Amino acid sequence: MNSIFPRRALLWLAPLTFLAVFFFYPFFRILFFSFDPSTLNPSNLAFSFHVLLFTFYQAILSTLLTLLIGLPSAYLFAHFEFRGKSLLRALTAVPFMLPTVVVAAGFNALLGPRGWVNLGLANLFARLHHSLSPSPFIPFIGTLGAILLAHVFYNTTIVIRIVGNALSRLDPKLEQVARSLGADPPRVWWKVILPLLRPSLLAASLLVFLFDFTSFGVILLLGGPRFATLEVEIYVQALQLFNLPLAALLSLIQLLCTLTFSILYTRTLTYSTVQTAPRSPVTHKAQNVLDKIFVTSLIFLLSALFVLPMLALPLRSVSRLDADRGDRAQLQTGFTTDYYTELFINRNNSIFYVPPFQAAINSLGYAVATVLLSLLLGLPAASALAKPGRLEKILDPILILPLGASAVTLGLGFILAFGRLLTYPWLVPLAHTLVALPFVIRTLQPALASIPDRLRQAAASLGASPFRAWQTVDWPILRRATLSAATFAFTISLGEFGATALLARPEYPTIPVAIYRFLSQPGGLNYGQAMAMATLLMTLTTAGILLIEKLRLPGAGEF
Amino acid sequence: MLELRDIHKIYEGQPLLRGISFRVDVGETVCLLGASGSGKSTLLRMIAGLELPDAGQIFWDGNDLASTPPHRRDFGLVFQDYALFPHLNVFENIAFGLKMKNWTRSQITSRVHEVLELVNLRGFEARKVTDLSGGEQQRVAFARALAPRPRLLMLDEPLGALDRALREDLLNELRGILHQTRIPAIYVTHDQEEAFTIADRVLLLHDGLILREGTPKDVWVNPGSAWAAEFLGLGNVIEGKVVNSEWKVETRFGVFDVNCRHKHQAGQKVHLLARPLPVEDGSVLRGRVADAIFQSDRFKVTLENGLYFYLKDEPGVGQQIEVKVKIECLG
Repeated sequence: MNSIFPRRALLWLAPLTFLAVFFFYPFFRILFFSFDPSTLNPSNLAFSFHVLLFTFYQAILSTLLTLLIGLPSAYLFAHFEFRGKSLLRALTAVPFMLPTVVVAAGFNALLGPRGWVNLGLANLFARLHHSLSPSPFIPFIGTLGAILLAHVFYNTTIVIRIVGNALSRLDPKLEQVARSLGADPPRVWWKVILPLLRPSLLAASLLVFLFDFTSFGVILLLGGPRFATLEVEIYVQALQLFNLPLAALLSLIQLLCTLTFSILYTRTLTYSTVQTAPRSPVTHKAQNVLDKIFVTSLIFLLSALFVLPMLALPLRSVSRLDADRGDRAQLQTGFTTDYYTELFINRNNSIFYVPPFQAAINSLGYAVATVLLSLLLGLPAASALAKPGRLEKILDPILILPLGASAVTLGLGFILAFGRLLTYPWLVPLAHTLVALPFVIRTLQPALASIPDRLRQAAASLGASPFRAWQTVDWPILRRATLSAATFAFTISLGEFGATALLARPEYPTIPVAIYRFLSQPGGLNYGQAMAMATLLMTLTTAGILLIEKLRLPGAGEF
Repeated sequence: MLELRDIHKIYEGQPLLRGISFRVDVGETVCLLGASGSGKSTLLRMIAGLELPDAGQIFWDGNDLASTPPHRRDFGLVFQDYALFPHLNVFENIAFGLKMKNWTRSQITSRVHEVLELVNLRGFEARKVTDLSGGEQQRVAFARALAPRPRLLMLDEPLGALDRALREDLLNELRGILHQTRIPAIYVTHDQEEAFTIADRVLLLHDGLILREGTPKDVWVNPGSAWAAEFLGLGNVIEGKVVNSEWKVETRFGVFDVNCRHKHQAGQKVHLLARPLPVEDGSVLRGRVADAIFQSDRFKVTLENGLYFYLKDEPGVGQQIEVKVKIECLG
């Protein structure tokens, strides 16, 4: 080892210390609680098994449904040319980055008991029968269907990207040769196209499954606590029943599962073969009737699925659709800004100790802290990883580990490790930093790796001091990536719900926590305020996503 | 056998094929020769049934193929980039068409061995296709197309991706295989040397039409147009004007007596072809030598005025020379 080693170790000092204290220590606390003899009793184990079974059930069902929508969509984007294609592709990608509370609020605004569809139907019923309807018409909130629909909404883009890319890289001549050798279209699919797509199909399915398996906000907000997945049950056991050992056991099961799936996913990535890319683009306009029906109906379906919930939310936040008290047969409709102005008022009946806009201020404060902390830790780690040595080969997967742990598990780990410190609000940005750090490092690392050493040497040979060299060579290249990483950290912190739900003190709520509380309260005003806050969060996050997209380095990987 | 009647195709608003008609008879290898973008490959895809003509018909033994899908046509396809199935090994690639025809396992095994023998790849059965060299991959592609005994073989620039020496070897082998199996074939290429080597008949495709059709020798002797002579690299194409006498043509290299097939009027523009090999009783062309390139048994001599010739002896650069060559009328 030469003199480089200590400098490298210095780069690693801060990130590793942080991970040791705030990830591995809580993780060992979870282990400690799980393996306590009193935790491992038959009833706990039976209960955990039951929860695990349901988690698998809903994740498998969600994955199958996502494939059902995603595979035709992947085919649509890979093979057909139509107007508004890039817009539709962007629309399908937006949900992936949206906070779960926003998605849940969007579906609530569309299909919930106070949403557009049910209130519209109720209005129609009232006009026809001059009496009040049995509400809601279409039960949505609290059903398994709501969870599945939201999961499809979230993850279809994964199938479109991964399988669609593989499809468009497939040489069309393979299909033509197979046809000329006597294979009819179904046999071409079965014998040629599907076998070649298998690695990407497997990778996409595993990734979708992983996200469905660890989904928390969507299930809690749309399904309710009775849909006990591992995530929801960890939250319920820890926060509502104060059964920390059982929560720890569930967390351990969760960790083992996600770790297994992550390893499987990484394996499928390495085994997937690259097909020869066709030289000419293979997309074309729909020509025959069957193709036209397929393209049109799928565009219609995708637009409905991806536009309606996100449109219903902001519209609902400025519309009064409720019947006044005492005059229930008559619906009042109209434009209103009440829900937004209410955000600044602290009503007596409010569960807040502070006015709701205070939650926005808390969120912004946490987000800024998360940005600073994750950049402070991410920059040295990323610059060490940019020129990987033996040390980095070992440390790289360790840094990405928090990505595999679910947010609720992180939150529980914090509770178990720092229970006595929970009254301090600064635990929240620390948890957010853990969630954001892998993204920050993955954004900075390629930019840092792209700076050739020769540029610095050239600058030095021209008389630049190390600082001047950094300032003139590294910083201009790094600036974009840093801004992009900061935006990542910012939007992640703003929308983070899993860990925050466990860690946020009642007097320091964040925007997602406030939305959740509003949605759990009865009354039109609470509902409207949830819509208003969710709209604000959606706007902020979308702005963040657009900024990241603009700053994205060409050719950077997607997942 | 195969017959195309008046095929039209419009591509991106431009007419690509403007009335193509030709036949391919038993045991015949027909070469479609044309520049890239001339619609050769589109024509092949239409014969294969992978694309539909805007107008015109394709017949097999007098039956219109319009309603026959590609997988029922029994036409083999070979592409320039082989298009081997990467998830199957050599044996499985060649067996693909046989499985589609529901051959028995033992029939398949013996047929695969047979065609592997035919393309000189004995013992390659278990190899992964991605581990093969370009030439080996193309042999597997031939074998795969030949295995189900197609009624017609279509080859789309099959040797385009291979280097020169390998191309010559494979071309001769392919010629032997086609003669041996008597499978009628359509061979698409933009390389005239390849076309002349393998074809029983050459079709020159230009501007959406078949410009010239005939045996390689016919086409070589009488290309029929300035474009054909230039595309086939037959010699120097010279523009000229008919002077008062019917057979006298004035050009910037002098006035020549030529023997045109059609009568021309005085003042009409014609193209002449000056073959590059000197002959005893030819017309005289003159010029100063700009460059001489050694080509194994001869020198390619380029003059400052743009003419070129193949000469036995190397002239000095800058030297004024005189060459006697045959000058023909291209019409």
